[in-house]
Amino acid sequence: MGKTLFEKVWESHIVDSVENEQEILYIDRHFIHEVTSPQAFEGLRRRGIELFRKNKIVATADHNVPTKDQHLPIKEVLSKLQVDTLIQNCKEFGIDLYGLGHPYQGIVHVIGPELGITKPGMTIVCGDSHTSTHGAFGAIAFGIGTSQVEQVMATQCLLLERPKTMRITINGELDKGVSSKDIILYIISKLSTAGGTGHFVEYAGSAITSLSMEARMTICNMSIEMGARGGMIAPDETTFEYIKGREFAPDGAALEEAINYWKTLYSDEDAYFDKEYTFEAERIPPMITYGTNPGMGIGIDETIPENDSESFKKSLKYMNLEAGTYLLNKKIDNVFIGSCTNSRIEDLRIVAEYVAGKQKADHVKAMIVPGSKQVEKQAREEGIHQVLADAGFELREPGCSACLGMNEDKIPDGEYCVSTSNRNFEGRQGPGARTMLVSPLTAAIIAIEGKIVDTRNYVNKVVTA
Amino acid sequence: MEKFKTLTSTVIPLANEDIDTDQIIPARFLKSTTREGFGNNLFRDWRYDSQGDLKEDFILNDPSYSGSILVTGKNFGCGSSREHAAWALYDFGFRAVVSSYFADIFKGNALNNGLLPVQVSDAFLETIFELVKQDKNTTLKIELIDQQISIPGTNHKEKYNINAYKKTCLLNGYDDIDYLISKKSQIEQFEQTHKEF
Repeated sequence: MGKTLFEKVWESHIVDSVENEQEILYIDRHFIHEVTSPQAFEGLRRRGIELFRKNKIVATADHNVPTKDQHLPIKEVLSKLQVDTLIQNCKEFGIDLYGLGHPYQGIVHVIGPELGITKPGMTIVCGDSHTSTHGAFGAIAFGIGTSQVEQVMATQCLLLERPKTMRITINGELDKGVSSKDIILYIISKLSTAGGTGHFVEYAGSAITSLSMEARMTICNMSIEMGARGGMIAPDETTFEYIKGREFAPDGAALEEAINYWKTLYSDEDAYFDKEYTFEAERIPPMITYGTNPGMGIGIDETIPENDSESFKKSLKYMNLEAGTYLLNKKIDNVFIGSCTNSRIEDLRIVAEYVAGKQKADHVKAMIVPGSKQVEKQAREEGIHQVLADAGFELREPGCSACLGMNEDKIPDGEYCVSTSNRNFEGRQGPGARTMLVSPLTAAIIAIEGKIVDTRNYVNKVVTA
Repeated sequence: MEKFKTLTSTVIPLANEDIDTDQIIPARFLKSTTREGFGNNLFRDWRYDSQGDLKEDFILNDPSYSGSILVTGKNFGCGSSREHAAWALYDFGFRAVVSSYFADIFKGNALNNGLLPVQVSDAFLETIFELVKQDKNTTLKIELIDQQISIPGTNHKEKYNINAYKKTCLLNGYDDIDYLISKKSQIEQFEQTHKEF
């Protein structure tokens, strides 16, 4: 029997299969950031263990950093301590750090791909659940806890039970105004937040292969929101073209050799998946979430479903919404465009193209946070920052920002925020904040209209991101 | 890591489903650089109002419930990979969490910290909630060697699954890092032939 893409990559990284279904998996690249690494460094010190392979670690500061005046010292004392601790640890252990002030700084899952560090066939981990983003290149990439961060620092390996496999196929063409974010929100709404638990997902089908790399990253990014360990897409010409010429990408003969290998990374026709789902692209509407987990999503013109469970009622109470009602025309206070899901240059271009020559609604606070310094620079070079500024949007400096509200960027208690991020959990964007997840295009339209409207009525063309 | 053999305790029932790690420990309390002290902010926004006052209707604030076992709705620990969630539960005093379903990363993090995730059937979970509702002093007995959870004084009991390697680790207080370090020469050998493109 043939092998799945997942099996091909996984099996080429097994150091040893040990008893009781555990395998020692070799890790090619380890990304670290300031929040989930300090205790791991401390663990190494406490045990007197050396860092095993420092050249396989890449560090950045993203979760805690301010998105204004990054050239000044961080004001928030605890955030500063964490970022300073990262600087100190990287210095002590000799790790490359793309920290504040560095031209490569940014959200860890944005900088890996844009620097050409993320490549097909790799195993990649990070103490962050959205590590699944890198799977868009045909890599096995997944989030780990801090104890595992320490294990990888000590041995470049993890001891793991092999996940099951799942394939989600989406064929057909997307409706106008529908993008990759809508695809993944649609899938999660069908499978629930636990639908992928225990599985590694491969996304396939014509609606996936026709997407850009950045759009593919958005899909893989949110695999964790259906409980999956990770998501991946077989590499193809789109992937190779994206990688070529990037800072740490191979070139010349090395690139040729790499591409020859990468071309072998696909699921064989007779490969077996533990679970399979198929969806039709034409049926996917612009999506929006109404509840407090990413599975609680509907088409933007639909009504909130009825459900008798206590958890569901609690969720709607938190959101101050009623079952059976429409979200259309609901007034929105905040729009956040950013996060590792949607903060890349394509996302900013889509927003800029739509808002050019328009004005955001007076009552809306609109914040745009680029995923990295490179995205920010590119946006400036393309004049995007000016278009956004003219429309009343504030383009800030890179970081995780209001996706999780660890820095000053929080949504006020009780206010609604239409957000391009990945989680609408209670309090995620600040205590009492009410988050509704959407695509960048939908967010841009809502910022202009000041209320929830149907994306399809405002655009005439198909969006590709 | 502390050893785990048998735990008999009253329980704290928290029936909500899909409890994510942002509820267990909100992101704004992840700023420590050590593993200790996260228990203070366990379920922070469910335990305290915006003024920092205790919310009396939240179960962790009800003094008539106590114990080192948290019993909770399905898909516990979904969302962020933050190990701080496991640290916070442990620091607060929990040694086991019982649910009908755990999110993968949380489960791994819990096992790496001596916090036992016990996955039971929906029916058994329902029984626990029902009995605790009738009597807050209802206890659970969780045995690791036999992989059995029971309700003493009743006939209710169930076997649960745990990875055999992880079970050995918990019984002995070992963690993965010791094991992996013992394999270092094999890892170095693997690196000789492993090509990264």
